[in-house]
Amino acid sequence: MYSEKVMDHFKNPRNVGEIENASGVGTVGNAKCGDIMRIFLDIDEDGIIQDVKFKTFGCGAAVATSSMATELVKGKTIQEALQVTNKAVMEALDGLPPVKVHCSLLAEEAIHAALWDYAEKNGIQIEGLEKPKNDISEEEEEEDY
Amino acid sequence: MKKMIYLDNAATTRTAPEVVETMLPYFSEFYGNASTVYEFGQKSKEAISKARETIAGAIGAKENEIYFTGGGSESDNWALKATAEAYKSKGRHIITSKIEHHAILHTCEWLEQNGFEVTYLDVDEFGVVKLEELKKAIRPDTILISIMFANNEIGTIEPVAEIGKIAKEHGILFHTDAVQAFGQVPIQVDELNIDMLSASAHKLNGPKGVGLLYIRKGIKIRSFVHGGAQERKRRAGTENVPGIVGFGKAVELALASMQERTQKECELRDYLMERVLREIPFTRVNGDRTNRLPNNVNLCFQFVEGESLLIMLDMKGICGSSGSACTSGSLDPSHVLLAIGLPHEIAHGSLRLTLGSDTTREDMDTVVEAMKEIVTQLREMSPLYEDYMKKNF
Repeated sequence: MYSEKVMDHFKNPRNVGEIENASGVGTVGNAKCGDIMRIFLDIDEDGIIQDVKFKTFGCGAAVATSSMATELVKGKTIQEALQVTNKAVMEALDGLPPVKVHCSLLAEEAIHAALWDYAEKNGIQIEGLEKPKNDISEEEEEEDY
Repeated sequence: MKKMIYLDNAATTRTAPEVVETMLPYFSEFYGNASTVYEFGQKSKEAISKARETIAGAIGAKENEIYFTGGGSESDNWALKATAEAYKSKGRHIITSKIEHHAILHTCEWLEQNGFEVTYLDVDEFGVVKLEELKKAIRPDTILISIMFANNEIGTIEPVAEIGKIAKEHGILFHTDAVQAFGQVPIQVDELNIDMLSASAHKLNGPKGVGLLYIRKGIKIRSFVHGGAQERKRRAGTENVPGIVGFGKAVELALASMQERTQKECELRDYLMERVLREIPFTRVNGDRTNRLPNNVNLCFQFVEGESLLIMLDMKGICGSSGSACTSGSLDPSHVLLAIGLPHEIAHGSLRLTLGSDTTREDMDTVVEAMKEIVTQLREMSPLYEDYMKKNF
């Protein structure tokens, strides 16, 4: 079902964990549909992503895309990180089964959410970055029960 | 290759070697069509009769009440659609439950699109159909009650005797999907007032592709597959002779071993559930603790997603299944887990392990150790676990 690369990133996920006092943290997804991704970014004064960590609740594809996404943005500038699309993550993983494509969207959104958080904390605007829509909130969680 | 621990016997079972042996002559040696006149074809006919006799005896039915089909799903489809067709002049209302197999639920949805009304009964937190609700749901135009004998996901055994009694009192037909229960618990159709019953061979160490529908004498439902005069003109198509022979043998074996086998399975099942609950925090058992199929264990591990759990178990040679969305092919977790009241995020972390006759205590120990390791690893990676721990500790 999964490519060897996906299995590799699932079995040995890169950059799992958290960053204390991270420059930006983004959480996207929803426990209801079974996927939550949280990405921590450590960004230096020059706008370079020095370190990145993630935590994910989700299926094999969700874990692998989180892992790959962190690899793709590490050491990059903010503008370069914005270019890491779900397509790029998928290609780097040698593809995903069709039903799992939404997982790769989540990885892109998680990076955007972390960058948005960074921008807000620093009172800056990042060109080309829109407010992430998938941020989970407590109210949304409770709504349907 | 490391030893495989197969714990998905509710999905399918290994065809028993004795069953295969019994089937083999009916492929290349006695391959005659049972509908023919010559002696050679009669060999096939006799073999079918023998299997039918064994199976009828197993559930206390008459031989001419057993109809072989292509499997459990076909039997369910036939029972519901043909009953609806045959009894629509009496009424167009059917009662079922929210936790049925999709072979029932999707057939009911189809019937709803074709002018029938269906009531889907709620179940309690253990997955047991509420009898009071059943009584309230009955209307003058109710023609059929279809409630499963035991649930395929959480193993809960339904109060079939009570349901049969209620159905009989109201003059309503009662069908039960016994695909998971047949061979695991004793079933007597007369005692339980069952009018129709679906079963499948491959769930009890028989071959795939053969099932049956028991239809009580006097019920006038018609053929679902049109064609030749096979199965007393009620199910056309040249009989799957090797399959039927294998089904018969599997039932014979299952019946003979039932008491001993299920007692052993119950012990292992309870041992596994107790160890997991004791040794892995934030874990729950789904379904009724005692009133459940002897081979069914269904657990939820909070903060963990089911598919990840399955892949990691598979890496250790352990086969199980999950009710998480990612394994169901939709965005929603199992309808059964939602029906017993689990919130989505907990239902996503479910794991079903179904034991077989060859499961050992050592297997259970290996599985517990594997799960401890895997669940810890996945929780360390889980933002839900992180949030919970920060909030509470």
